[in-house]
Amino acid sequence: MVKYCELFITFLKVGTFTIGGGYAMIPLMQHEVVERRRWMDAETFLDVLSLSQAMPGVFAVNMATQVGYRLRGVRGSAAAIAGNVLMPIALVLLIAIFFRRFKEVPAVEQVFMGLRPAVAALIAAPVFTLARSARIGWSNCWIPLAAALLIWLLGVSPIIVVLAAAAAGWLWGRAENRNLKTKR
Amino acid sequence: MIFWKLFYTFLIIGAFTFGGGYSMVALIQDQVVTHHGWLTAQEFTDILAISQMTPGPIGINTATYAGYTAVANAGYPAWLAAAGSLLASLAVVAVPVALMLLVCRYLSRYMDHPRVAAMLRVLRLTVVGLIAAAALSLLTAESFGQTGLNRQFIVSLAIFAAVFVATLRRKASPLTLLALSGLAGWVAYGL
Repeated sequence: MVKYCELFITFLKVGTFTIGGGYAMIPLMQHEVVERRRWMDAETFLDVLSLSQAMPGVFAVNMATQVGYRLRGVRGSAAAIAGNVLMPIALVLLIAIFFRRFKEVPAVEQVFMGLRPAVAALIAAPVFTLARSARIGWSNCWIPLAAALLIWLLGVSPIIVVLAAAAAGWLWGRAENRNLKTKR
Repeated sequence: MIFWKLFYTFLIIGAFTFGGGYSMVALIQDQVVTHHGWLTAQEFTDILAISQMTPGPIGINTATYAGYTAVANAGYPAWLAAAGSLLASLAVVAVPVALMLLVCRYLSRYMDHPRVAAMLRVLRLTVVGLIAAAALSLLTAESFGQTGLNRQFIVSLAIFAAVFVATLRRKASPLTLLALSGLAGWVAYGL
C-alpha cells in the first residue's frame, strides 16, 4: 500500500518543479505516477486527466485529488493536494511580502513594464491554440465570441456566462436525446 | 469583514472555473479588480507575471498573492495578510475538491451521460471566450502606455507581438519569454 508521505513527497516534487501553470505539470506527473512509481497505468492516467478537465477548479489540484483518492482514499487525496500546493503557496507568499518593498526600486518597475505586455500575449496565445483543440468552426464560433463580448464589452460577470453556458448545454443535450429517441 | 468576503469570493471563483488557470484569470479579474477593487488592474497584471514565473498552478498562485495584497491594502499587518493568502488559496480549491471526491465516489458513471457531455461541450467553447475576454482586458494603457508614437507604447507592442508569435509558432516556454521581456524592459527604460 502506498504511504501517505510517498504521495505527499511525489506531489511536492511535481508542484515544485513545474513552472507555468497546471498543464505544464502533466508530463512530470505522468513520469512520476505512471513510469517511476507505477501507481497506475497510462490509460487510467488519461481517465484521471479527462475527468480533471471536465470538473471545475484548479486543474493540477483536481489531478492530485484524484490520484490521491484512487490510491489511499480521502486522506490520500489530502496528502497529494498538500504536497502539490505547499511550495507554490510558500514561494508566492514570500514574494508577496517582499515585492511591495521592491516596487519602489526603479529597475524593478522597468522590468515589470517589459513583463506586462508579455503577460497579455501569454494569455492571448492560448485562445488560438484552444480554438483549434475545441474544434471551433463557422457553425459554433458565435459561442466563444458572444462570451468574450458579453464579458469584455458589456461587463457581464463570467460567472453568469458560465452558468448560462452550462444551462444551455444541458438543455441542448436533452433536445438531442429526444431527437435520438424519436428517430428510433 | 474582509476575511469573510475574501473566503466566499475565492470559493465562488473556484467553483465556476472550467478549463484551467487561464479561464480563472477572467473570473479573478471580474471579482477582485472590478467588483471588490482589492487590486488595481496593474497590480493584477504584475501578479499574473509573477505567478507565471513561479512554480505551481496559476489559480493557486493568484489566489495566494491576491489574498495577501487585498488584506495588506486594507491596512492589516503582514501576519494577518499571510493568513488571508492561505484563506484565499484554501477557498479556491474547496468546492472543486469536494465535488471531485463526490464524483470519484458516487457519480463517475454520470460523466458519460449525453446531457453532461453536451454541457461540457458548450462549456469548453465558452471557456475560449472567457480567456479571450481576460486577454482583451489586459490590453490597457497601464500595461502598454498611452497609445501613440511614444517609447513605452512601441516597446510594449514589440514585446506583445514577439511573445505572441513565439508562443504560437515555436511553443517557447513562458519562463524564457518572460525573462527576455523583463530584460527588454530594463534595457529599454533603464539604460
